[in-house]
Amino acid sequence: MKNKILSLFLFFFSYAFFQAEYIFAQGEIHGNFQVDAQYYNADSAIGALPVPEKMLMNSFTNLIYTNGSFSAGVRFESYLNSMQGFDPRYIGNGIPFRYASFNRDNFTITVGSYYEQFGSGLIFRSYEERGLGYDNAMDGISVKFTPYKGVYLKGLVGKQRYYFTHGPGIVRGFDGEVSLNEMITSMNEKKTKIFLGGSFVSKFQSDQDPVYILPQNVGAWAYRLKLNHGGWAFFSEYATKINDPSSVNNYIYKRGGGLYVNSSYSQKGLGVNLAAKVIDNMNFRSDRTAQNNDLMINYLPSLTRQHTYNLASTIYPYATQPNGEMAYQADITYTMKKNTLLGGNYGTTLLINYASANGLDTVRVPSGLGYKANYTKFGQVYYKDFNIEIQKKINKSFKFNLFYANFAYNKEVALGKVGEGMVYANIEVFDFTYKFNDTHALRMELQALQTKQDKGDWATVLAEYTISPKWFFTALCQYNYGNSIVSDRQLYPIAQIGFIKNSTRVTLGYGKQRAGVFCIGGICRVVPASNGATISISSSF
Amino acid sequence: MKNILLSFIITTITTGFVFAQKSERVIPSVNIKKLDGTLYNTDNIKNNGKPIIIDFWATWCSPCKAELNAIAEEYDDWQKETGVVLYAVSIDDARNVDKIAPYVNGKGWEYEVLSDVNGDFKRAMNVNNVPHVFVLNGNREIVYQQNSAAPGDDKKLYEIVKKVAKGEKID
Repeated sequence: MKNKILSLFLFFFSYAFFQAEYIFAQGEIHGNFQVDAQYYNADSAIGALPVPEKMLMNSFTNLIYTNGSFSAGVRFESYLNSMQGFDPRYIGNGIPFRYASFNRDNFTITVGSYYEQFGSGLIFRSYEERGLGYDNAMDGISVKFTPYKGVYLKGLVGKQRYYFTHGPGIVRGFDGEVSLNEMITSMNEKKTKIFLGGSFVSKFQSDQDPVYILPQNVGAWAYRLKLNHGGWAFFSEYATKINDPSSVNNYIYKRGGGLYVNSSYSQKGLGVNLAAKVIDNMNFRSDRTAQNNDLMINYLPSLTRQHTYNLASTIYPYATQPNGEMAYQADITYTMKKNTLLGGNYGTTLLINYASANGLDTVRVPSGLGYKANYTKFGQVYYKDFNIEIQKKINKSFKFNLFYANFAYNKEVALGKVGEGMVYANIEVFDFTYKFNDTHALRMELQALQTKQDKGDWATVLAEYTISPKWFFTALCQYNYGNSIVSDRQLYPIAQIGFIKNSTRVTLGYGKQRAGVFCIGGICRVVPASNGATISISSSF
Repeated sequence: MKNILLSFIITTITTGFVFAQKSERVIPSVNIKKLDGTLYNTDNIKNNGKPIIIDFWATWCSPCKAELNAIAEEYDDWQKETGVVLYAVSIDDARNVDKIAPYVNGKGWEYEVLSDVNGDFKRAMNVNNVPHVFVLNGNREIVYQQNSAAPGDDKKLYEIVKKVAKGEKID
């Protein structure tokens, strides 16, 4: 009898196991992983404070299971404790991101955590920027539906991620986009492509304020149009939001508004892009008391070139001012043809960019509406950037870039440092790569920044020796030689060794990192000065 | 009793074997966009049994652009010799998404350029950071990945593509 029961049990167990494995075998599990850790030395000369833990670590692992139209995933995050420059509310271990999603009959349904964006993000974008510790993932339900060819509908309800918990507000949204060319058969093959879209987003947060009557539901609308005709492209989005008193706008009851227009033309060898935007009281968060990078519902990136050279990208970074800004930008990419006088043997590329951001021209009004804006005039200068770059290849082993930028930077506004004024700076970069053979190459960047304001002049030298495809060795040295305070004329050297094997990357580093602001898109992170050893491992499988 | 145990073990091992026999990973099905704004499902990334390169890049990623510019000079030859097609998937967000086409055309790239503005394809492919390059065989299975773009990596990439085109194994 015992045997029979056991055999029956084993049979069923085996069967269940087989079934599970069979289902599993039909699907796939993949993931990626990253760990960053740093050992900290105190260094009073550069202002690096002692770290009680000595060593700090950030890590995450994504696991995604997919089986046909079904997928599910989790992200395990670990901050033991969070590294300097990341918000200390990232602490401990957890699984803040997990979801299941399936699509069937033109429906895609996601439950749990998700990232989504309406239009250009003027009223809604949930996304992550791991390098900045930014993550406003939605947690709830999202449905996408295509009822008819070329008609795309999205609906969602959720709460926003707030470190290892959620924000207090609920975010609801709906978005529709119509691709006329796909929808109307006679337009299918037309060269002109037309897209129309509209979205509505509302947040709910209860009002418990003893003094003010605050709107508990705040709605925002956006409308967009995209046109494409061969090399021409046009995109515009307009958004409006009802009164939304918050700590960022000093609890005024003014409506919010935003307009973004972008137009571009390109053909082989030439690209031109023009863009302009107005942002007026568009801070939109699922908690009216939230500050800094917390619980943002919309995405307001700065209309400026995203610089890659160290001095240009990190000394004077700029992010959109959500309370009010008028900005415009022009970009030209031009490649001179091969085998011409200026083009040389390989063609020469010229990149020109001009970006300008000003405050709104406003008059205070005595009511709770705060101010009135006059859009026909620019307010005070926030940021101006003219930059030009020439990229040239001389022969198979040598190529270089020459870069020049001229900045005007309102430090008081951009960094919120009261009493600091305008900074005017010039930056020059000479960047060259010399290939010794098919695998060995040396790249160097010589950078200089001159300014009479702020911390004065800087110089940076970067040398990067690579052995393709597995090794790299980097040395970077920054020197604030023009600082008016002689004891602050510090040298910041950093050395790194990296090893890459397919999708796995290991980097070891040692050196001094200056205090600064590190930005991607519209989000910035203040990084304190540090001195120590770093290790970073990332892999995907 | 022994027989039962034995059959149990054999069943589990064979099913495990089935699991281990699984073929290479096929790219996930995700909706992204073409540069003209049209929706594009990644199921359409295919090349009639010939090799495919998927290169994740961004307008702000210098090493990505350096490698794609280096490949652009050789791309004609690569296509003639192996029939390979390169899909350059930009992960630029709303800040730079409108600058992709002017840059791509300004540089004269002949690649299939796609825009993954919400990072959906990037996440589904488990891409940590750019540059991240995948090589797919004719069955759209991932046979090689490289998470870097140093000078010379394009040569290595082409070695891989040539092997894939001939149906040889990648070590």
